[in-house]
Amino acid sequence: MAAADKVDPIHQFHINPIVPIHVGGYDVSFTNSALFMVVIVVVTGLFLYFSTAGRSLVPSRLQSISEMSYEFVASMLRDAAGTHGMKFFPFVFSIFMFVMVANLIGLFPYFFSVTSHIIVTFALAMLVIGTVVIYGFAKHGFGFLKLFVPSGVPVALLPLVVSIEVVSFLSRPVSLSIRLFANMLAGHITLKVFAGFVVSLGAMGVAGMAGAVLPLAMVVALTALELLVAALQAYVFAVLTCMYLADALHPSH
Amino acid sequence: MASDKRPAGAGKTGPGSKGDTDPRDDDLERRRRELEAKLATRRPGRLEGEDKGQTRSVSGYAQAFRLSSEFIAAIAVGIGIGWVLDRWAGTSPWGLIVFLLLGFCAGILNVLRAAGLVGEFGRGGKRSDG
Repeated sequence: MAAADKVDPIHQFHINPIVPIHVGGYDVSFTNSALFMVVIVVVTGLFLYFSTAGRSLVPSRLQSISEMSYEFVASMLRDAAGTHGMKFFPFVFSIFMFVMVANLIGLFPYFFSVTSHIIVTFALAMLVIGTVVIYGFAKHGFGFLKLFVPSGVPVALLPLVVSIEVVSFLSRPVSLSIRLFANMLAGHITLKVFAGFVVSLGAMGVAGMAGAVLPLAMVVALTALELLVAALQAYVFAVLTCMYLADALHPSH
Repeated sequence: MASDKRPAGAGKTGPGSKGDTDPRDDDLERRRRELEAKLATRRPGRLEGEDKGQTRSVSGYAQAFRLSSEFIAAIAVGIGIGWVLDRWAGTSPWGLIVFLLLGFCAGILNVLRAAGLVGEFGRGGKRSDG
């Protein structure tokens, strides 16, 4: 089948340099991934700026969207980390909007989804954990290490428990990044595979075209599911960010 | 929603019409303050209710994915630490074995914690592993 050869579900994740730049042996080219990151930031910034520029008392639809996203993140952060946590609001809101817009933009055909690369999601997760660690040590000094020592554990078990807690803490950025990356990667591959079925079945004459209706319906349903997943994963990422920041704020509560 | 019940001029209060001070503006200002106070008293209960509805509707898929990724991530980190330790210290199989087991424990701890069965970090309480 000639058509089947063209269906390459991984092709959409290739990174192609647009402006090749090499500095001191490192490849720092401006790639399609970087281009879409710039697009995401510009789109988010322009949207938030123009939708709130009117500042009307009774919000328009677009203003409602930006106000809702603000309220949503603010209440999430307040619930998880208390009012002290609101000093991290700009950070959490930026992360939430970046992930959300990146996931949604990735859903357009022929668009590159930045969050389907683990290095991007891992960088975001390390940013979160780095903030937690640095802020925790800056605020509480070595008291931050109490995070790893649960109260009421016998001294004999303490080395074991502490090492388990440390591994558990180190696994946080990994699970945070793997979750987002795996969801986006799997969703996009599934969409591509089913869309490929439509094309290859449609090339097989009338009977094939009749059969192609099924994968087509599947693609429509999957697109709706992916829309849900895109929003959901941004939400999960932001919720966990809030929870981890709460640990940095109150390590021993 | 509530905007339909407002007087016709109320919706136009933006940055442009800040200068004029007709009585309707004062009235609006007063009503806004009253609304703010009312909202402030209702905030905690309302948010809690909203959050519960939200988490219930999305819980299945998100929760399942969260549990599995927490477990896998802890094991992967355990293997990674053990492997690096072996490379550096030359304690060939032992670092990997010990840290794989620790990673397994941490994974189970993560899952229990994500499911809300064990207290958060640093809180102690019941502990079924270790």
